[in-house]
Amino acid sequence: MTTTSGNRGLVMDEPLLFEQDAPGRCGVDLETPEGRPLKLGGLERKGAIGLPGLAEPQVVRHFTRLSQKNYAIDAGFYPLGSCTMKHNPRLNEKAVRMPGFALAHPLQPESTVQGALELIATLAHWLTTLTGMPGVAMSPAAGAHGELAGLMTIRAALTARGDARKKVLVPESAHGTNPATATLCDYAVESIPANERGRIDIEALKEALDQDVAALMLTNPNTCGLFEDEIVEVARLVHDAGAFFYGDGANFNAIVGRVRPGDLGIDAMHINLHKTFSTPHGGGGPGSGPVVLAESLVPFAPLPYVVAGEGGFRMVEHDPSGRSFGRLRAFHGQMGMFVRALAYMMSHGADGLRQVAEDAVLNANYVLARLKGAYHPSFDGPCMHECLFDDRTLKDTGVSTLDLAKALIDEGFHPMTMYFPLVVHGAMLIEPTETESKATLDQFCDTMLALMEKAQAGNAEWFHESPHLAPWRRLDETAAARNPVLTWSPEQGKNAAA
Amino acid sequence: MSDRLYTKDHEWVEVDGDIATIGISEHAQEQLGDVVFVELPEVGRSVAQNEDAAVIESVKAASEVYAPLTGEIVEVNEMLAEDPAQVNADPYGVGWFMRIRIDEPSELDELMDEEAYKDFLADLE
Amino acid sequence: MRYLPQTDDDRTAMLAAIGAAGIDDLYVDVPRSAWRDGLVDLPLHQGEMQVERALAAMAAKNLHGGNAPFFLGCGSYRHHIPASVDALIQRGEFLTSYTPYQPEVSQGTLQMLFEFQTMIAMLTGMEVANASMYDGASGTAEAVLMANRVTRRHRAVLSGGLHPHYRETVETYARYGEFEIVSRTPSPDGRDDLIEAIDGTTSCVVVQTPDLFGRPRDLTKIAEACHAAGALLVAVVTEVVSLGLLMPPGAMGADIVVCEGQSLGNPMGFGGPYVGLFATKSKYLRQMPGRLAGQTVDAEGRRGWVLTLSTREQHIRREKATSNICTNSGLCALAFTIHLALLGEEGFTTLARLNHEAAQRAAERLEQVKGVSVLNETYFNEFTLRLPRPAIGVVEDLAGRGILGGVPLARFHPDDPGLSDLMAVAVTEMTTAEEIAALADGLAEVLA
Repeated sequence: MTTTSGNRGLVMDEPLLFEQDAPGRCGVDLETPEGRPLKLGGLERKGAIGLPGLAEPQVVRHFTRLSQKNYAIDAGFYPLGSCTMKHNPRLNEKAVRMPGFALAHPLQPESTVQGALELIATLAHWLTTLTGMPGVAMSPAAGAHGELAGLMTIRAALTARGDARKKVLVPESAHGTNPATATLCDYAVESIPANERGRIDIEALKEALDQDVAALMLTNPNTCGLFEDEIVEVARLVHDAGAFFYGDGANFNAIVGRVRPGDLGIDAMHINLHKTFSTPHGGGGPGSGPVVLAESLVPFAPLPYVVAGEGGFRMVEHDPSGRSFGRLRAFHGQMGMFVRALAYMMSHGADGLRQVAEDAVLNANYVLARLKGAYHPSFDGPCMHECLFDDRTLKDTGVSTLDLAKALIDEGFHPMTMYFPLVVHGAMLIEPTETESKATLDQFCDTMLALMEKAQAGNAEWFHESPHLAPWRRLDETAAARNPVLTWSPEQGKNAAA
Repeated sequence: MSDRLYTKDHEWVEVDGDIATIGISEHAQEQLGDVVFVELPEVGRSVAQNEDAAVIESVKAASEVYAPLTGEIVEVNEMLAEDPAQVNADPYGVGWFMRIRIDEPSELDELMDEEAYKDFLADLE
Repeated sequence: MRYLPQTDDDRTAMLAAIGAAGIDDLYVDVPRSAWRDGLVDLPLHQGEMQVERALAAMAAKNLHGGNAPFFLGCGSYRHHIPASVDALIQRGEFLTSYTPYQPEVSQGTLQMLFEFQTMIAMLTGMEVANASMYDGASGTAEAVLMANRVTRRHRAVLSGGLHPHYRETVETYARYGEFEIVSRTPSPDGRDDLIEAIDGTTSCVVVQTPDLFGRPRDLTKIAEACHAAGALLVAVVTEVVSLGLLMPPGAMGADIVVCEGQSLGNPMGFGGPYVGLFATKSKYLRQMPGRLAGQTVDAEGRRGWVLTLSTREQHIRREKATSNICTNSGLCALAFTIHLALLGEEGFTTLARLNHEAAQRAAERLEQVKGVSVLNETYFNEFTLRLPRPAIGVVEDLAGRGILGGVPLARFHPDDPGLSDLMAVAVTEMTTAEEIAALADGLAEVLA
């Protein structure tokens, strides 16, 4: 149905900011400048910028309307495998806005920021205790940045012992960030296949492990949602070859409080605070990716870091030993994420965090149990925090994984992760997290079962056109990529892309 | 039956004297889906057999196009930069990628003829 | 536990449905040697009130921009954030949504990113911008990597006026990326010798404006020299508000512009999370790192947006990606966009002018303090003071009097005696006449 306004009930058609411009209108009231002569050396701006003028009510309505076009964990179930879309407590938000944290400047004298340094040190203590690792580098801005920190630390340690190794081993099921990070550290990437049980192929690993291997990067639990059951042997093989064992901690939520990566032989592992420790995803960041480190790697960790001393906490910004590989960003780290993560960890405590892992694993196995008749699990046995299916039961229906996911949108659920990991055909990776109730899981499973029945009954056309009820129908990604329109311009009419 | 030769990486080669015209096969364009961007090599560059020569991107994938033969790039299909959809529309015609002056004619013997390529595709299924 | 909805009855029913006798059955793949039967040695769960009290106690130990005369800058600035910014970014539909990979249910984030990209292109005078980076420093490192790809060269020249954290970050990325960095040392007298350092192997020159000392830099001649040698000019802006008054780097010939965007919408927050802004020319689009929102239409012909050109990114290209970056700084970019939308053309340019005038007033007052001189003849909202004794001690003494005086440049370079008596002072629209007087009086006291 079309409407005169273009709105559809509560879904409002909202023009771009630039299309609501009235010159001279402003959403803030500022003082009037004195009109002093400029001291810019003649470098002042000559032309207008082109920013639109809107009053505060317009701006508030604009962004409120935009927000209403988003799916969100606050509004519904978000079973994105590998992303850990758990509830984001609002206490975290309240804490980060305390003026002592929000209004502190990163370059204040240490004596004036003892509380901020204490917070970082406290979070570091929680992270090292939960992982059983002696050290942690807090500064990485996100998971991939943490991987970079970890691999650079490893490279610095190898360089220090005069060992110029050239390769990093990465399982073919790994996140794309793993090989990209290894390349950024100038390592050649060698892919290790999975075995028929969805774990790393030990024989292939043995074959690949030689004196040229700097590290193995392994996600555990892995991207198939399985625990690497031979991990202790994997660690032994890696260490025997003189290499380091890098753990991708993206899936730490499955084992937090129950299993310590340090006990598995891991030498370095990043932790995505925005996954396991509930800091908000914010529509794509910011994240935070501290890296826990084994004793052998601690001296090579990035700058800066906090140490506790007699006179209080200190921030070490220059490394007198020259062993640290250096700095990865400005200032000290994603402090706003640290505050949120610590608020969450203290709320759960040692007992609650263990329950988090257990409920996350329970929920995933429950979904696995309910769906496994109609959907084909890629591997046997219990899963960890996420369950993986391939598209075998969709074969010959004309319905793809993507179609099924888009049909889920009409049912009010966010799609699961699709086509990842790459080792499974038409992969559907479902991660419920521990913050979903049994009732929600049942409703989701009922829907999934009904959709499979519908697909097998021959409704391919209907699936191809899904979603039917979302604010937007399927968008033309080919047109967007062939003729990129990445900014608005005054000449551009409202339907320029049409 | 055409005279086109094929590689296991789904490139095709058509030889005219010492010049080979190169593109990707019908099967390759189908697998890639809508092609959105093609990055072609510089004319004058020498390439070795199996070296990366071009990059092809679709909405869902990006892959290398390898030089099936050793030689010098003498011409590239500039039109693909403007209109990459030609790769989907006519992979064996206007959707060609580049022309190479052949240095090692013996390398042609390693390529498959159309029948062998068809069998190769059938084996992939 | 308030964040966990499962009751014990639920758990029992679910285990039965799974066919497991207990939760341990689901952990059978974990090697027995790594099982921990007891709890880790950390405190037990606490209520909201207890956690809030504990964190508030830590927060209360900090002096900060809300309870002390405040003059710090160097890449992090105290600006007023309108109330509606924080109210809007806390809407759950923004705060708790994922990266907009499913465009049908993510148009809010996507349209916002398209608006953000447009604003960044406008501010910097460039043609395209991405959906943001971690921060200005890592964005600068990514810019150097991009210039290396574009020019197929491996030698970057860094201005001595570049923020030392940015320089160190670039050096870290270069350390294992097998490329060369030529770093000029920070020079209080303004010497930088950049043009002399450019040769036929140079991939880019990186120049910050206003620089570490607060001086706006004319990039025109450096751009010409870069282009004559086939190199790119990377311009870095750590105080984005300056672009309300200063010529945009694009108008001076920059090829890539990187900014720290914290100043708009984002609190100083002890250093993060911030938002890196990244803009370039259309012809370099394919080499640009980071996410991009692009305009398209849906199946019914309605205008909409999608993440596009993602084949450059790691989840598809893996080891051949333009960068290993997986995330952007979405929520910070949202705060930036809302703040700039509220300001608009008039508000933003006025805000810049107010900053510049406040800095002038402060410089005039501080110059009157005995033994203190202002290094800069030109500045935007930050300038450098030369003090009669090492600035680190002066800043400590001021802090002892409850004044957050400025950034001693020796904090970045403890071994450079040429910087030891220098203190960078930032002044914004937030800085009151009382604060300026407090700093002037405080300086007079501690220098007496």
